[in-house]
Amino acid sequence: MEFNPIQYEEMELLLTDIYKRYGYDFSEYSKASLQRRIYRLFTLDKFPSFAEFRYRLQTDALYFRRFVEEITVNVTEMLRDPSFYRTLRTTILPVLATYPFIRIWHAGCATGEEVYSMAILLKEAGLLHKSLLYGTDINPLVIEKARKGIFPVNQMQKYSENYIQSGGLKDFSAYYTANYHLAKFDSSLTGRMIFSTHNLVSDSSFNEFQLILCRNVLIYFERQLQSKVIQLFDYSLESFGFLALGSKESLRFSPIAGRYKQVGKEKIWRKTHEAG
Amino acid sequence: MKPDKLLLIGGSAGSLQVMFSLLTALGNDFPVPVLVVLHRNSAFDSSLEELFFSRTALVTKEVEEKEVPAAGTVYLCPADYHVLVESDHSFSLDYSERVHFSRPSIDVAFKSAADIYGAGTIAVLLSGGNADGAEGLAHVKERGGVTVVQDPMSAEVPYMPQQAITRMHPDHILPAEEISAFIRGLAAYR
Repeated sequence: MEFNPIQYEEMELLLTDIYKRYGYDFSEYSKASLQRRIYRLFTLDKFPSFAEFRYRLQTDALYFRRFVEEITVNVTEMLRDPSFYRTLRTTILPVLATYPFIRIWHAGCATGEEVYSMAILLKEAGLLHKSLLYGTDINPLVIEKARKGIFPVNQMQKYSENYIQSGGLKDFSAYYTANYHLAKFDSSLTGRMIFSTHNLVSDSSFNEFQLILCRNVLIYFERQLQSKVIQLFDYSLESFGFLALGSKESLRFSPIAGRYKQVGKEKIWRKTHEAG
Repeated sequence: MKPDKLLLIGGSAGSLQVMFSLLTALGNDFPVPVLVVLHRNSAFDSSLEELFFSRTALVTKEVEEKEVPAAGTVYLCPADYHVLVESDHSFSLDYSERVHFSRPSIDVAFKSAADIYGAGTIAVLLSGGNADGAEGLAHVKERGGVTVVQDPMSAEVPYMPQQAITRMHPDHILPAEEISAFIRGLAAYR
C-alpha cells in the first residue's frame, strides 16, 4: 500500500498544463474526488513517476482523451430514485403536456440511461412525439455509447424494478430487444434524442428548455463553479421551467434560489421569476 | 472553525449495536466530530437514520456536501454516496464506482480524511463481512493517525476486523466495550 505521490500541489501543476494545452478547466472541480480519480488513472496505467504521467499528458492528445474519460464519473442507472420519476410522471409531465413542443436537457448525462428513462415516461404520457431530449456530457466516449442505446442486459431486472416503483404499468422488457448480454433500446425512443459533447465549465447555453436535469454532477464542483453552472441553467430555462438536481444537491446556496420554488419533496425546482 | 481532529468509525454487518453503544458511551460532550461510515442497504435507509437519531445523545445528521464538521456532532454517510474530505475540512460527496461492493466505502472515507487530518485522525473499524477498511486504516497509520480495530473475538462478524489485522498492524485491537473509553482518552489528551 503506497503513499499517494499526487498531492494537491502536483495536481495543480497538472491541471494548469491541461488548461494551457487543451483548454479544459478542471481548476474548480472538488479536489478530493478529482485527486482520487487522477491517482486511480496513474495507478491503472502504471506510470513509474508523476513526472512521466505529466509529460505523457502534455505530449499525447489521445492520452488526454483517455484522461477525460477516466477522471469524470460516469456511473448512472435507469430510473434511479424511482420516487423522483414518479413525481415527474404525476406532477411535471402534466405541465409540460400543455406546451406545443417540449425541450428537455440532460446535462452531464454520461451513458444516457436517464435520457432513455425520460423518453419512456414521455412515451407513456403520449408526449414523446412532440418532445426533443438533449443529452450532453464533457466525455465524448460516453456520448457515443448513449447514442447507441445499448446497455448491459444484466441491469434490466434492477431497471424493471425501478420502473415499477416509478409508477410504470407496462412490461419494461417491451422497450428493448435482448441479444446475448446486451439490451438495445427501441428506436422510437432514440429517434427523439440528440446527443452532443458540452462542457458545463466553458460552453454556453445552446437552447431554451422547459426542463433541465443535472443529477449528481454539481457534487463534483466547488461552490463558485456550482453557482456559475446553475446560472447557465437559469439562463437556459424558459419562464416557469423546471430544474432537477441529484438527491443530495440543492439550490439553497445559489444566488438564483429566490426566484425558484421547490416542487414537493423531490429535488425539483420551478422558475417563478426571470432575473430582474 | 476548522476542527483539527476527526473520529472515523467504519462498520458493516453486525456493527450496528456496537456502533450505538460506542456513540452513546462517548457522551454528549465529546470534543471531536465523528464520521460514521456504515455499509447499508438503501432499502432500509430511512429507518436506519431514525434509529441513529433516536439512539445517540450526540447530535446526529446525514453528511451534506460542502459541510464543515462541528465538534460533538455525528455525521452519517448517506446511502449510495462515498464521502471525502476537502482541504478546507468540508465533506464532499461522490457517486463513483463501488469499492469492495460498497458505497459508501470505508477505504474511500478513511484515506481521504487521513490526507487532510493526518495525525489528528482517529479511525475505528468494527464488525463486518468484507475487506473494506483495511487499506483505509493502513493509510491513516501512514499519515500518523491512530488506528483501532475491534477484536474479532468480540465481533458478530469477525471477517472485516480480521482482514485489517492481517493486512496492516493496527495500533490497538480492543474488545467492543473498551473502545469508547479508549477514544475518550485520545480525544481529550492528544
